[in-house]
Amino acid sequence: MTTRTMLLVGTPKGAFVLQSDATRTDWSLQGPMCEGWPIHDIIVDPTSGAILAAGGSPWYGPAVFRSNDRGATWTHSSVGLTYGEGAEAIKTVWSLAVGPDGAVLAGVEPAGLFRSEDGGVTWAHVSGLTEQPSRSTWQPGAGGLILHTIVPHPTDLDRTWVGISAVGVFETRDGGTTWLPRNSGVRADFNPEPNPVTGQCVHKFAAAAGQPETLYQQNHCGVYRTDDGGEHWAEITLGLPSQFGFPLVTDPRDPDTAWVIPLNGDDRGRYMPDASAAVWRTHDRGQSWIRSGEGLPQENAYLSVLREAMARDTLEPVGITFGTATGQLWQSVDAGVSWDLVTADLPAIWSVESVVLDS
Amino acid sequence: MSTVNLPRSLLALFPGVTKRHEVAPGTVASVIDELDGSIPGLRARLLQEGPTLRPHINVFVDGEPGDLETPVGATSVVHVIPAVSGGST
Repeated sequence: MTTRTMLLVGTPKGAFVLQSDATRTDWSLQGPMCEGWPIHDIIVDPTSGAILAAGGSPWYGPAVFRSNDRGATWTHSSVGLTYGEGAEAIKTVWSLAVGPDGAVLAGVEPAGLFRSEDGGVTWAHVSGLTEQPSRSTWQPGAGGLILHTIVPHPTDLDRTWVGISAVGVFETRDGGTTWLPRNSGVRADFNPEPNPVTGQCVHKFAAAAGQPETLYQQNHCGVYRTDDGGEHWAEITLGLPSQFGFPLVTDPRDPDTAWVIPLNGDDRGRYMPDASAAVWRTHDRGQSWIRSGEGLPQENAYLSVLREAMARDTLEPVGITFGTATGQLWQSVDAGVSWDLVTADLPAIWSVESVVLDS
Repeated sequence: MSTVNLPRSLLALFPGVTKRHEVAPGTVASVIDELDGSIPGLRARLLQEGPTLRPHINVFVDGEPGDLETPVGATSVVHVIPAVSGGST
């Protein structure tokens, strides 16, 4: 059996695909793909092996691109990606995920959820989320009113969590018909009411391996963990240099381990604290955090990392990759202990996905 | 027949599609609908909810700016031209 690895990178100037073997040390870069469209998220559909890229063109609107040949050729579709002829136009597709039944889910701007049962060729609106009673109060964050995170339950088809900037986390337990706010315990310091039912600025969240009721969240106002599917969140920011950051990933096997990249603060430039680059990890569910800057620039590093721009693979030790808003792609092949530069001159990196393929 | 000229950035999304097309006269909307029949997905790239032309898509009929209702005559020449915009990324 041959193991190959891929890094899928979304940028405002198209998608890039990097390929290597299981050593993850010698990467070949191809791109830009998707005709230079702004690409917010890229995934591999595990059912078909196809690459799916989500984006939107300022001229030509939203679309999901699909490649069945690892990026050599692409098709695109937005059939069904609409709230209706009289409704607000969808600007872009922000996030993609695949459910346990193989359905592809897409989060869009303005915030909403769509579902495809044919691999992204046609889409149907999951209208229950847009009909959520709090919808009239949703206000866009700095990045827009975007549905940026989709976490399907690994086995229960009826359950999915989504995250919307400056709105919060919602969960459905009935296959998308109704959605429940899941923000209890999460602060909204920018809000006159610091603990509203919705209005929290979720930046990214992910499920713990093998424990779908446990989710880790990087929020505008801290890092949190829930052990009851989001009904209650507990803050685990203590030990980090800042409550503010965007990406968060969890370990593929250890439910106690997660990685974050703190930035210095929402009103302080949003770069790594003291301009010294580091990724932080916990191995005890957020009780304590470990800083790793080995291999990363430790001075004059005014780096930012956006919400979708960190990923982990499934190899042992797990590989962690992050891309900066200034086009540098960094990788660790020792679970985030030390770092190497993969490439330095990409466009601003909006998203990173790490894929392991066995053939 | 009317003639429609499509922009390079649009052609890039539909491999094998040529720049110039002969279509039946009618309106800009009917012309785009006819093209969508032979180039599936083209309509969605040019029109958004409404339907209206996307904000940064310009259509000229015989040299004059048009919208979806603009008549297209039997000898008309239609140009689809993306707006010159950008600079933020």
